[in-house]
Amino acid sequence: MGDPMGTERRFSARLDLAGGVIEMSHGAGGRAMAQLVEELFRRHLDNPLLAQQNDQALFTPPPGRLVVSTDGHVIAPLFFPGGDIGCLAVHGTLNDVAMAGARPLYLAAGFILEEGLALADLERIVASMAAAANAAGVPIVTGDTKVVERGKGDGCFITTTGIGVVPDGVEISGDRARPGDAILVSGTIGDHGVAILSQRESLGFETEIVSDTAALHGLVAAMVAAVPDIHCLRDPTRGGLATTLNELARQSGGGMQLREAAIPIRPAVAAACELLGLDPLYIANEGKLVAICPPAQAERLLAAMRAHPLGVEAACIGEVVEDPHGFVQMETRFGGQRIVDWLAGDPLPRIC
Amino acid sequence: MRYIDEFRDQAVARGLAEAIAAAVEPGREYRLMEFCGGHTHAIFRYGVPDLMPANLRFVHGPGCPVCVLPIARLDQAIALAERHRVTLCTYGDLMRVPASGGRSLLTAKAGGADVRLVYSTQDALALARREPDRQVVFLAIGFETTTPPTAVALKAARAEGLTNFSVFCNHVLTPPALRAILAAAAPDGVQIDGILGPSHVSTVIGSRPYAFVPEVFGTPLVIAGFEPLDVMHATLMLVRQINAGEHRVENQYTRAVTEAGNAKAQALVNEVFTRRAAFEWRGLGWLPDSALALAEAYADLDAERRFPVEVAAAREVKGCDCPSILRGVKRPTDCRLFGTACTPQTPLGACMVSSEGACAAYWSYGRFRAAGRAA
Repeated sequence: MGDPMGTERRFSARLDLAGGVIEMSHGAGGRAMAQLVEELFRRHLDNPLLAQQNDQALFTPPPGRLVVSTDGHVIAPLFFPGGDIGCLAVHGTLNDVAMAGARPLYLAAGFILEEGLALADLERIVASMAAAANAAGVPIVTGDTKVVERGKGDGCFITTTGIGVVPDGVEISGDRARPGDAILVSGTIGDHGVAILSQRESLGFETEIVSDTAALHGLVAAMVAAVPDIHCLRDPTRGGLATTLNELARQSGGGMQLREAAIPIRPAVAAACELLGLDPLYIANEGKLVAICPPAQAERLLAAMRAHPLGVEAACIGEVVEDPHGFVQMETRFGGQRIVDWLAGDPLPRIC
Repeated sequence: MRYIDEFRDQAVARGLAEAIAAAVEPGREYRLMEFCGGHTHAIFRYGVPDLMPANLRFVHGPGCPVCVLPIARLDQAIALAERHRVTLCTYGDLMRVPASGGRSLLTAKAGGADVRLVYSTQDALALARREPDRQVVFLAIGFETTTPPTAVALKAARAEGLTNFSVFCNHVLTPPALRAILAAAAPDGVQIDGILGPSHVSTVIGSRPYAFVPEVFGTPLVIAGFEPLDVMHATLMLVRQINAGEHRVENQYTRAVTEAGNAKAQALVNEVFTRRAAFEWRGLGWLPDSALALAEAYADLDAERRFPVEVAAAREVKGCDCPSILRGVKRPTDCRLFGTACTPQTPLGACMVSSEGACAAYWSYGRFRAAGRAA
């Protein structure tokens, strides 16, 4: 899409979006690539900046501090209950931008396509990206496409980069958690990871759980409006809530004390984790955030979150504590204490 | 979750803790070995030791399938995986276990060996069907719980005439390990006043095979489920037996375990497997009659016969106390590598890799750190 294309150019036949597949020529810079960009990418992602047809998008930034974030998306399967790699690639980067308290402005997307990928699948993915970007009000303004030989990719990899602007007075950073601060989560955890696991042919279990993939900048805007002094925001994606809290504890140099009973988890997610021997605290989310704020603001922030459609099930799950070791601890439902450690390796189903 | 939360109820736990505290006799030591890694896991995940009196402690047993696999067998598995056209399928836990010379299945995979993670024997079968040009070897490990699924896969492969599927069999048996631990004399052996008996294993083999524990060794055994309340309830039952000077096999896990076990699964296992004369266990050494091999009728599906591999003598990691920890002789914190050179990120011993390993449980749930702080 970044490639300049003369409008006089015509293609002898339209791209076979129903039965065609990605071929090496679609990444070779010639006519086939131009046709793919025009008939597939630009058709779906159309917006004035993309229509400039330059190798870059030119715009004047609004006043304020800018943030930029980038995220590579690799996921199997490409389509899953509640979403696909396309909307995930939009939401993932929008959320990383939003976690600075920013209003996202623009997205860029890089595609690595594997030879043999069905064009119908690619179109479905790009249409899903377009729908997600439109819904978020954040256009995809520049991009790139490369094709790798069959066997050297997993169908489709998408890297997205986002730019946003942070309002004055907002200072959100992972190192600002202070002892006494409240820890809030915007809803149930583990939905995305369990939805993905349920689709892995090898696990073969059925569930009504769908991915929570969602763009969170609207929720963040509502939260920042209610409580400008939010200390930390982060979306607990890979590694789940446990990993995010350990990251924040390390950055801030404090500990955390959680209450297991307060952490919202859907019964079906809890049951799936139970069967597989997994801990929902380590399961990925794609539409949830963790917020840390001064204790006096916690009620106000929680109310703002619950008033937003993406925060209805928000809860206060614990507080930041003084701890030079930076441990994340949890009072279990059983009444004991356990440490919620960093994840080592991948979460794996147990065998015994 | 119904049928789960009931077994994790805080109020019931408090009641049981009070009953145990009231039952233990002051001045008496209660050293209870939980055989299974699943028990160890439950004990730490729920903080059960916090609820126990000071003179009662849990001794961690060898019931972690990944941990007891000897390094020599892991070296063989790596050699198998590196053979031309072989695809080795394994459960995820095993991937990161250190073999000789700092290698592992994960490093072999990174080096080009075709090692794939599966969640069940059925995945390995499906892979063999899907990729007829590959020789799919299923690395079978585990106690009596995981043996019947391997038997089912072998029967299915036989029925379908799958010629590119075979099993590298490392299935082991629980009772011989229990016997070895109880027979080990001091000073190397560990004092055990009672045993929390296997949970899932017993659903298959029943409670009868443990009769020798009280008869030969005079030690009480209570079969216990894997939920924290199961562990506490079984602990109370053991304390009562010890106080009364009794030694019997009791079954706390009555919702799943019967005296005779699962006859269908047993018949399947007897048909497909035969006993090895002896097998090496990590930590316990060579134990007679303690493991299974494929029966003669299934010899053609036996990876050990199909792909004989020679490996050099296995090398243990210097300073790793896994063998003593598996016998209950040492605690994870007694090992000088624990938490320094050996952590879940950089495991040197199997007990730190498997979620059922005692070292991993100590580390993950922070018992040692909490203890360090209290001291």
